[in-house]
Amino acid sequence: MSTQLDPPSITLSHLRVLEAEAIHIMREVAAELERPVLLFSGGKDSIVLLRLAEKAFRPGRFPFPLMHVDTGHNFPEVIEFRDRRVAELGEQLIVASVQDSIDTGRATEERGPRASRNRLQTVTLLDAIEANGFDAAFGGARRDEERARAKERIFSFRDDFGTWDPKRQRPELWSLYNGRVARGESVRVFPLSNWTELDVWQYIAEEELEVPNLYFAHEREVFRRDGMLYATSDHVQLIDGEEPFTTSVRYRTVGDMSCTGAVASTAADLETVVGEIAATRITERGETRADDRVTEAAMEDRKVAGYF
Amino acid sequence: MSAPVTTVETSMLRIATAGSVDDGKSTLIGRLLYDAKAILADQLEQVQEASERRSGAGGLDLSLLTDGLRAEREQGITIDVAYRYFQTARRKFVLADTPGHVQYTRNMVTGASTADVAIILIDARHGVVEQTRRHTFIAALLGIPHLAVCVNKMDLVGYAEDVFDAIVRDFSGLARQLGVADVRYFPISALQGDNVVDGSAAMGWYAGPPLLEHLETLSLADDAAGHDARFPIQWVIRDHDADYRGYAGTVAGGTLCPGDEVLVLPSGVRTRIAAIETLDRELDVAVAPMSVTVRLADDVDASRGDLIVRAPSADEIPPVVTRTLTADVCWMAQAPLLPGARLALKHTTANVRAVVDALDDVVDISTLKRTAGPAQLALNDIGQVRLRVSRELAVDPYALNRTTGSFILIDEASNETVGAGMIR
Repeated sequence: MSTQLDPPSITLSHLRVLEAEAIHIMREVAAELERPVLLFSGGKDSIVLLRLAEKAFRPGRFPFPLMHVDTGHNFPEVIEFRDRRVAELGEQLIVASVQDSIDTGRATEERGPRASRNRLQTVTLLDAIEANGFDAAFGGARRDEERARAKERIFSFRDDFGTWDPKRQRPELWSLYNGRVARGESVRVFPLSNWTELDVWQYIAEEELEVPNLYFAHEREVFRRDGMLYATSDHVQLIDGEEPFTTSVRYRTVGDMSCTGAVASTAADLETVVGEIAATRITERGETRADDRVTEAAMEDRKVAGYF
Repeated sequence: MSAPVTTVETSMLRIATAGSVDDGKSTLIGRLLYDAKAILADQLEQVQEASERRSGAGGLDLSLLTDGLRAEREQGITIDVAYRYFQTARRKFVLADTPGHVQYTRNMVTGASTADVAIILIDARHGVVEQTRRHTFIAALLGIPHLAVCVNKMDLVGYAEDVFDAIVRDFSGLARQLGVADVRYFPISALQGDNVVDGSAAMGWYAGPPLLEHLETLSLADDAAGHDARFPIQWVIRDHDADYRGYAGTVAGGTLCPGDEVLVLPSGVRTRIAAIETLDRELDVAVAPMSVTVRLADDVDASRGDLIVRAPSADEIPPVVTRTLTADVCWMAQAPLLPGARLALKHTTANVRAVVDALDDVVDISTLKRTAGPAQLALNDIGQVRLRVSRELAVDPYALNRTTGSFILIDEASNETVGAGMIR
């Protein structure tokens, strides 16, 4: 802060501007929609969302529950972290299970060594939104992640099939958000739209937020596939010629074990992680997400189908 | 207690760009992102692959970076606002990029609504053309405080100083007519890289900074300083166990301090700020655009949709409390706006109903001429409208405050956002 006396000057860092914008968005949703929910996966972006919710609503309670769409293929340390964080906050967590969707015949498991439950999440998510009557769902998606996201509004309107129609988005002006929905429709709300991966890590460092250990460098048994490193686990079948080996890795994103790759890294604390992200020459999803590599418009297609 | 005049600087800058493919906008953005190292290897590889698949040749089409959707790539058009982010050692930049076609006024208005600076691109060979006037009019209407006018393709006019000077003279007339305060001019070649991120060896006659340096150092302090204190109540935080009640919201102008005498509008009830809080600390002063919680000294009737302002003194202009609004409206729906139309209106955190009393005029944004008494406002029209609202609102002229001077109009049947209003 400046010590200049006349006129007094205040400098707001870009993180504080982004924080203020996100808090504003969360309060608008709480005030204008009937039944919001916040999607919490235990990943870094949703950890930031929880912090912002505290900033928006404490000392009151959160005016919405938390929900995790659990593929059943998550990293165990992330699930442990998720439950501990929710208990600390004293808020309600709903777990929507992809396994349940499979068991009840709502979703069909993919087969083969490259099978993933990523797509099936959409079924579970839409069912859970409908069953609970949610009309708004907060997600931690950012526009810097992917080209289709770069064109999506902060309030992303979805019809009763959860479909995103990029040509029919509502104009979003100033900080005046229009969250009006008819029965059965909903909005996905992305308070971190204007944040980058680097912003998220800088914010985590500044706020001293705890994140699951797998974001930091650790020794892990991995194998190489399609140029990415995957953890060996019960959920992933090896293809001929894939040899597991142990090396120092960390995760840039935390998702399903079957489609989330690790990166070779020795960044063992927040400071070195921030340094690594600032210097990286490859995007987060490009480096670690197999689900975006299918086609040029993989994300756009999944969003149209109701995905985040 | 009288609050100090506080200036606010931030390390974040919101930029709006508008333009069509041929004036080199995509190349300029590509150049900014590429030279600022915001295009990463895998994105570049994707663009390279896509360029080759489309044109067969080895050329790199940087417009594919900003044209994000399959529909756009297939049709070779840009249909919406795209947001791009890049960061230098000095600042974080949020760039809202909109297509420049006539029919996309609504997207341009959307992208411009929150911008601190607009980049206006002029082709050095063609000078100020109709599209320049449209973009500049919208930038001025939306109250963007700074313009960076880039005279592009200087390489195609032999880097000639007199060509640049003539365009500057021409544009200055337009800027004066529209009342734009801060205009800066840059002779650039986005293709060759002159004066975008680095300087230009070919244009030794230009003494100013390259575009990026200007964007990095542009001061925003004066933009907010003139505003009087405004705090729309967004959400009331209660903790029944502790008998706690706080008014949460985003500061929309000026400064708020504990001890300030304030009014709650529209009721006009007077009280004092007891404390300003965030999750982890109490503040001595809050400024725009901070999100904070204000606690009031008295148990007054205040709720979402009300506006807290400092009690008027000699140097504070109070908002107008009114049920009638005169505003420039940009109409964004297929079906035209007609006199007598009933709509929902959202102003700060207040939701009311509105009826259109009269359409005063419509602007031809190519000639900037206003024609009185239009029968309707069609999609992408901008005109002055008089509205009556269902309950009192506390408003400021848009020229004084972009938050308390703006509103959106919503169709109550379709729930679509159909209009954007700037109060006169």
